[in-house]
Amino acid sequence: MTDSPKLKPGWRELTPAAMITTPGSARDFLTGDWRTRRPILEESKCTKCLFCWLWCPEPAILRTEDGKISIDYNYCKGCGICATECPTKAISMVDEK
Amino acid sequence: MKTVIQAPELVPMTGSEAVAKAVLQAQVNFIAAYPITPQTIIVERLSDLVAAGGTGAVFLNVESEHSAISACVGASLAGARAFTASSSQGLALMHEVLYLTSGLRCPIVMAVANRALSAPLNIHGDHSDMMGSRDAGWIQYYVESAQEAYDWIFQAYKIAEDERVVLPFTVNIDGYVITHSVESMTLVSQERINTFLSPRKAPFRIQPAKPITYGPVALPDYYTEFKRQQHEAMLQAAPVVEEVTQQYGELTGRRYSNLVPYALERAKVVIVSLGSVSGTVRWVAKNLRKQDLPVGCLRVGLFRPFPSEQVAHLLQDADLIVVLERALSLGSKCGPLASEVVSALYNHSKQPRILDLIGGLGGRDIPPEKIEQIFRAGLEPQSRPGLELEFLGVRE
Repeated sequence: MTDSPKLKPGWRELTPAAMITTPGSARDFLTGDWRTRRPILEESKCTKCLFCWLWCPEPAILRTEDGKISIDYNYCKGCGICATECPTKAISMVDEK
Repeated sequence: MKTVIQAPELVPMTGSEAVAKAVLQAQVNFIAAYPITPQTIIVERLSDLVAAGGTGAVFLNVESEHSAISACVGASLAGARAFTASSSQGLALMHEVLYLTSGLRCPIVMAVANRALSAPLNIHGDHSDMMGSRDAGWIQYYVESAQEAYDWIFQAYKIAEDERVVLPFTVNIDGYVITHSVESMTLVSQERINTFLSPRKAPFRIQPAKPITYGPVALPDYYTEFKRQQHEAMLQAAPVVEEVTQQYGELTGRRYSNLVPYALERAKVVIVSLGSVSGTVRWVAKNLRKQDLPVGCLRVGLFRPFPSEQVAHLLQDADLIVVLERALSLGSKCGPLASEVVSALYNHSKQPRILDLIGGLGGRDIPPEKIEQIFRAGLEPQSRPGLELEFLGVRE
């Protein structure tokens, strides 16, 4: 019984043992669509303390060149740790629609 | 001048000593094992021999069977030829890692000294331990003697490491009956073994200079495809077993096979069995054949992949098949070996009657007289249902 249409590689095309021979493949595995709540940064409250950057388990908090932070929604799973840890409550969690 | 025929040199050895000897002759690089009765002597001998030096193998002392097989997986992924041995509770403790071993396609060879599982506590032989890990994705062969245990270590590595297979392999050796009995053995010289078994080639071994990932997550969208691959590798093992046993036969004069049939031609009653009891069954069948009784027997050597087609072909003309089974599946219509036999025969129009006889549990002896009774009872006219399960010699 075969699923169709074929969108992903079949078993004959995959490497044995699910082995990955090229490093860095996690980059291609977007996890942002797992999120049910989205962190929103209110820049005026941010003191650039980087607690969020330190605590994010992904990491989905990016540091921009001018020292500010931004959130990488491609990988953020919406765990809310950044919002909990932020000392100035600059991050709030809102439901994904 | 008379021609002198040189008889092969015979060496007295127990099954455990034979396995240890073969493991070192197979030029294994890495051994991690934890002692458990009745496998202990395999580990003791290996430990002694490695400590004496000159083997080129690493022996890692570990705190449990779970660690032993885990360490072997690491070594195998790094390209080593790895060996472990266990039994009963020890094999059960390895259980979760057995699936990792096959899923990660590590061609590790393990000797399993088959023993009953607790409770009640019992250290003697039956096949409950391996049958509990039946579906862990390992190739499984059940030997009949110490000589076979020795010979199968080499063949196991050659099959397991074949690029068409790349799966782990268990050589099943009946606890005590084979592990602790002394036999006259014929050994193979190191020179000849080296012509049969080359050092392992591991094209995808883990190495810092060329990083690769083993053991990533495979979610519902990929998991099935990887299991399908493993199933294919297991099916591919069957022709490889045929090739390798052929080569080993040419090397040593001892040709092994998936199945060992005896006197199946026009046999009305056939006993099917695994492991050491098969020798006794064959001896009884031979004696009864001399009295013109239409009996025969079939020893199953290779249990995974199960040679279904061959089994069906060999058994289809029997009137009664008695599966003499040293394990049971509590609450099932029959035990694990009978269930293979039944499914093998399902596609055949003539379905013989099958009696699944659960016997030899926890090391209970199955003497020749008992086997003769089974054959003779099977020859009497009777109206048994298609498939029946009975306990051999159970006290009511």
